[in-house]
Parts: sequence; C-alpha cells; structure tokens
Amino acid sequence: MASQVDGLYFLLVAVSAFFTLLIFALVFVFAVKYRHTVHPKAEQIEGSLPLELTWTLIPLGISMIFFAWGSLIFFQEARPPRGAMEVYAVGKQWMWKFEHETGQREINALHIPVGRDIKMIMSSQDTIHSFFVPAFRIKQDVLPGRFTSTWFHTTKVGTYHLFCAEYCGTEHSGMIGEVVVMEPMAYQAWLANGGATGTMAANGKELFTQLGCATCHRSDTQGRGPNLVGVFGKPVQLEDGRRVMADENYVRESILNPQAKIVAGFKPIMPTFQGQVTEESLGALVSYVKSLAQPQQKAAGGAPAAAAANESN
Amino acid sequence: MATAVQTTVETQNYLNNGYGLKSWLLTKDHKRIAILYLLSITGMFFVGGFFAMLIRLELLTPAGDLVSSDTYNKLFTMHGITMVFFFLIPSVPAVLGNFLIPLMVGAKDLAFPRINLLSWYLYIIGATFALVSMVMGGVDTGWTFYTPFSTTYSNTHVVGTALGIFITGFSSIFTGLNFIVTIHRMRAPGLTWTRLPLFCWSNYAASLIMVLGTPVIAITILLVALERLFHIGVFNPALGGDPLLFQHLFWFYSHPAVYIMILPGMGVISEIVTCFSRKRVFGYEFVALASIAIAVLGFLVWAHHMFVAGISVYAALVFSLLSYLVAIPSAVKIFNWTATLYKGSIRYDTPMLYAFGFMGLFTIGGLTGVFLASIGVDVHVTDTYFVVAHFHYVMVGGMVLAYMGGLHFWWPKMTGRMYPEGWAKLSALLVFVGFNLTFFPQFILGYMGMPRRYHAYPPEFQVLNVLSTAGASVLALGYVLPMIYFVWSLRYGKLAGPNPWNAVGLEWMTPSPPPTENFAETPVVTWEAYDYEHQPDEEVPVGH
Repeated sequence: MASQVDGLYFLLVAVSAFFTLLIFALVFVFAVKYRHTVHPKAEQIEGSLPLELTWTLIPLGISMIFFAWGSLIFFQEARPPRGAMEVYAVGKQWMWKFEHETGQREINALHIPVGRDIKMIMSSQDTIHSFFVPAFRIKQDVLPGRFTSTWFHTTKVGTYHLFCAEYCGTEHSGMIGEVVVMEPMAYQAWLANGGATGTMAANGKELFTQLGCATCHRSDTQGRGPNLVGVFGKPVQLEDGRRVMADENYVRESILNPQAKIVAGFKPIMPTFQGQVTEESLGALVSYVKSLAQPQQKAAGGAPAAAAANESN
Repeated sequence: MATAVQTTVETQNYLNNGYGLKSWLLTKDHKRIAILYLLSITGMFFVGGFFAMLIRLELLTPAGDLVSSDTYNKLFTMHGITMVFFFLIPSVPAVLGNFLIPLMVGAKDLAFPRINLLSWYLYIIGATFALVSMVMGGVDTGWTFYTPFSTTYSNTHVVGTALGIFITGFSSIFTGLNFIVTIHRMRAPGLTWTRLPLFCWSNYAASLIMVLGTPVIAITILLVALERLFHIGVFNPALGGDPLLFQHLFWFYSHPAVYIMILPGMGVISEIVTCFSRKRVFGYEFVALASIAIAVLGFLVWAHHMFVAGISVYAALVFSLLSYLVAIPSAVKIFNWTATLYKGSIRYDTPMLYAFGFMGLFTIGGLTGVFLASIGVDVHVTDTYFVVAHFHYVMVGGMVLAYMGGLHFWWPKMTGRMYPEGWAKLSALLVFVGFNLTFFPQFILGYMGMPRRYHAYPPEFQVLNVLSTAGASVLALGYVLPMIYFVWSLRYGKLAGPNPWNAVGLEWMTPSPPPTENFAETPVVTWEAYDYEHQPDEEVPVGH
C-alpha cells in the first residue's frame, strides 16, 4: 500500500514539476524575448479556441488518470481484507489505548507481527483524534460516538511513529506513540508477557452477563431480544422494512441507542446503556458478538492463509 | 483615449475633501471607505503576522520550549482566524474592489454607499470582538472550530471569537451585495459585459460566493455557540449530535471562501499582466467565464477536506472527481496569462514582478491541490504540513502577492504619489525568496509525516523547520519594507499624474487621486477591454 501511494505521489510530483517548469520557462522566455526595449510594439492577439481547448482538455485528461488511480488506492485503503488481525483502539485526550483480541492492553505503543494485515477498530472517548502512521501512509480520524476503521499490511520489522493528526487540545502534539512491528516469534513472546486477563471476547461475554444482556438475548429462540449467534457480519431485517449490515457500528448503536434500529419481529423494549459502558467495554462487547458469528476461535498471530491472500500489498 | 486632466494634487479630490475625523468616519465615499479598510486590514495583517513569527520561532527547536502548549495552540488559532477572516477575505474586495469597481464601471459610487459604510463598521465591530477575545486570553480551537472540541472541550474564548466572525460575515455579505448590484446596474453607457475589466468579473464571481456562502458559516457558528452555551445537542455525539455535520457545514462555506480570497486576486493579475504587456488579455471570454466556473464548482467540493474524517467511500469518490474539475478553470487562467505575454511589449515594473511571482507560486499551489484531490495520496498528506504549505502557496503566494501587486499598481491612483521603484522591486524579490524558503520545506515535512498544529515534533524534522523559520524572517522584511516606503511616498513620492502606467481602463482617465464624484462627466465606452492597441505608446513621464 505504502509503495502504491508513493508511486502515485511521485508521478504527481513529476507531472507537477513538468507543468511548473513549463509555466516558469514560458513566463521567463516571453518576459525576456518580448521586453519592451527589444520589442517596443506589442502584437495584439485575441485568443485561440484550439489553444483554449488544448489547455482545458489535456489537464482534464491527465487529472482523470490521477482521479482513477487515487480512487483505486483509496478503495483498497477503505476495505480491510478478510482475515485481518483486529486491534481495538481508543483515543482520548491525550493518549492512545490499544487492546488486542487476545486481551493484551497497551498505551501509546502498538505491538504487531510482521507480514500481517492489521485492521484497526477505533473510537474516541472525547473529541476527534486521528490515527496516523506516516510510514504506512495511512490516516483515519477517530470519532466519538462511532467506530471508524483503517488497515495496513506490515512488511518490515521496525519501530514507526504514531501521531494524532487531528488537533485535539493542549497536548495534541504529545498524543504520539510508536508502532512496533515484530518477528512472529518475538510477537508471540511479547503476547505471552502481555499480562492479558482473558481474550476480549471472553471479557465481553462476562460483561454481557453482568449487564444483564444475556437474559433477553438468549442463544435460543425464546428470548425477548434477538438471538445474537451468527448475526455479526450479516444483513439484518428491521421492523421498519430496512435491511442493515450488522457491523461494529450497528452493535454499538444497538447498545447505546437501542430504539434506533429494531429487528423485525421484536418490540422496542430494550433500555439504553448510554453512560453505563466505557469505550473499552463497547469494544469487548463487539468482540464478543463477533465471536458468536465465528464458531471456531482463530488462533492469534497465525493465520497463514489470510496473510497469503494479501501478498499484493 | 488618454484625456488631458489636471495632475496636481491641489485640485479637489477625495482626500482633501474634508480633513476632520467625522469626514472620514461618516463618509459614504467608496474611496474613503476603501482607505478605512486598508488601514484596518493592514493592522490585522500585522497582528496575524506577529502570531506567525512566534509560531515559527517556537518551531525552531523540536522541543516545545519557547511558549507553553496552550499558548502555541492559541497562536496558530489566532493566526488563522486573523488572517483568513480579517485579512484575506476582505483584502482585495474591500480595499481595491471598493476603491476601483465604481471607477472601473464609470460610476460615481457603489450602489449602496450607506451599506458600504455599514459594512466597514460591522468589520470593525467583528474585529473588536475577536481582538478583545484574544487579549482576554485567546482561543485554541484552530481556525476551523472543529466540534466537539470547540463546543465542549475547549476552555477558551470560543463564543466571543465566534461572534466576531459572525458579525464580520455580514460585512462581507454587504460588500458582495454592493458589488453585484453595482456591476449589474451602474455600468457606464457602452460598457457591456464583454468590455468589463476582468477585475470586475472576478470580484463579481467572488461576490456571488460571499452572498450565497457566508450565511451558512453564520448559521454554523451560531450553532456552535448554542451548543457551547446551552448544551443543545447538534454536533456533540454525547448530546445526540453529529461532529461530521459541523465539518460539512463549515467547509460548505470555508472551501468556497478560499475562492472568495483568490478570485479577486486573479482579477488583479489580469489587469497587471495586460498593462505591462501592452496587450489585450489572451482569451478574454475564457478568463472571465473561468471565474464564474470556479465560483460555481467551488460550492461542490467541500467534502475533500473530509476524506479521512469518516465519510462514505462513494461520497469521497464524487468529491474527489469534482475537486479535479475545479482545478481546470484555474489552469485555464494561468495558461491565458502566460499566452498574454507572448509577443507583448513587456516592462518589469514592480506590479509586474508581483504578477510574475503570482503566476509561479499559484501554479505550485494549484498543482499541489491536485495531490490533495487524489484521495489515495490525500489520506497520507492531509492534516500534515503538506496541507499547510499548499494553502499558503495559494493564499500567500497567490493571494497576498496579487494584493501587493494590486496595491503597487493602484497606489499612484489612490494617493496621487509614486513609491520608490527600487525599494519596491527589492521588497517584491524579498517576498518571493522569503516565501519559497518558508513554505517549500513544508511540502517535504508533510510528505515525511509531520502533522500540522504540533507544538513539539520529532528531531528528524528540525532542519527543514529551521529553513522555514529563516525564510519567514526574510518574508517579514519583505512585508515591512512596503509599509515604510508607502508611508514615505505619501509626502515625498513623485506626483503620479492620472495615468503613470499609461494603462487603459476608466480608472486611469480621471485624476489621481480621483475627485469625490470620480468623473467630471459620465464616461461613454466605445472600446473593448484592454484596448492597448489604440493606446498611445509614448512614455508618460512620471511626476514633473
């Protein structure tokens, strides 16, 4: 991905340099050649339709090439590949908090294995932040009240800058950290020392019981709320006739604003959990609901098929 | 075409028609109001410039050691607010446009002289609100006022500043309204739309944006104040609002606003390039219609500021496409100005040097805008110094150079005096060199990943930041010099005469400074715009 962005960037630099030099050269040559001391009488020229068309259509054509290429890259950036390793991030004034699916938590540092696709699922607990890793050429704003996501493929072991790129107050320039890309073995060792207290999904399950969700969202058809097994990642038929995708933001909204989207066949009886769950808890609950849709647990840190699927990056 | 007119300043003119304070503060003369604006925005320019100097000094070293983080955040916020709302937006329209549009169309004044004066008072009241808020401790939201930071998390004087911008917005609406009506209704006999100077066309296009766009920012700012004061949930998701709604509303005005800033500058360049090439502009209709195209398309590209903000992929696609399209009319203008030079008879007077500088720097500013329209690249460089460099190339390299060029071009008309040409050339050179040294390194910094609005930064970015700060001090010198020689010229400058550049255009057919009523009798236009073919070629001696 980074190399594609750079490819387009440097083509833009080349084309821009060409046009800039063209304009500079023409201005310079005309200004010298037709200076009034050697060219005292200007020749009046009204204009030229062919020329106008030339310098309208050629830039238009060139920019359409850039438009197509830039959009292709963006579509890739916007669509995380299947099987990407997921990391949850919460931005707050002025730090980054990360939680791995396997339960390890860290602040202002993100440890990840090399050769993997990494999908970031991010939200803010106060104002807008932006997750920016220049080395990966990616940036995504992190918003309060919803999840945004981005992804990247790790190609090289190393430590990279992580910046907050959306101005967020006093210590904005201190809201920085590092992304540590490690060999798979080193990563496994890091995970082992990570002090995890259960996977995110397991923590989510615990919360699910504590908050009383399980009394209605039962894993049979007798609950007052929809059965959540197998729901995530699939379209849901709503009471008002709409169909929506059950993604991270759908789960978030269903917890915080349950009346917004009622599943067909159910009554709007669920109370809101606004103010009762932190951003971290929301992440855990989402992770749990997700796990209900994938019966076999993925082995953390090793999904060779998924990694191979994205060699092109 | 050049009529014999009195060239002494002793005759009655708008400057000697009353000396008391009241004769200025209650004037309805568009020329005097232009001078009031000139003084006010020059003051604001140096306030904004002072903040910029402190920013550049802080960034000399990687650690945030000169001022505190809070102070730094206030500095870049107040720099942006002062420069955008209180200098760039009013600059060419409110000073040069106010002074020149009635002269250029052969009218005695603008259509609504009282509203014109009111617009200056609104500007002053708005600027006072902003300045008082700054003195009381300032504001730290960034000039963009992004929510929910501005409505919930900032502990600074958001509402006072916002109110200042709100009020000043109306001064801009009134100016736009005045220009539109004047250009429609008050053109001299024979002055058809296709004979209109391009300066009028571009100010007309900018006026359309002022009138149609400014109410949106006014509403948006009001909503920010309402949410901040009364916790009405509009933008903050914790109150049930949507933070992206703010960004849509803000950029719906603030992107077209960059065209409010640049279009009148483009008009200045058309006047200067034709005069100092002694030629009709190449492709008049294309240059004129390009202004309108920019004004219309400019309203349809706002979300290109939001590619990484969390908008839909398909929305991003459409806004990217439209952003490429808006670049085309700007390119057309640059090509036409360049073609105007071809087979001209070119002189290198100071205004022309500024025009050359504009053409080079605006080209770079425009082309780097294409980088940002390309979504894949934008994701990497947005919110970095690349963006800072890009908009300074357009706003300073483009707009401020055009404004300076225009000021030098029409200074003899406004004051009746010439400035010292040698010093003026030196200052043009200093501005050009200083500007590039300040802002070119910032493109590289942005590509390397330095985020904007950073008080402290990793040490690998230091070398380029030092270059940038060094450039800023050269640039500052380039701005201070004209201040000195312009003031000097008021007393000691050579008398200019009605038409020191031997230019065409109605404004040059009346004495300098012009009489209060502009023209002794209403001119009748029988020639095309930029009719340099029929303008006598002999040197018009400057002064006596």
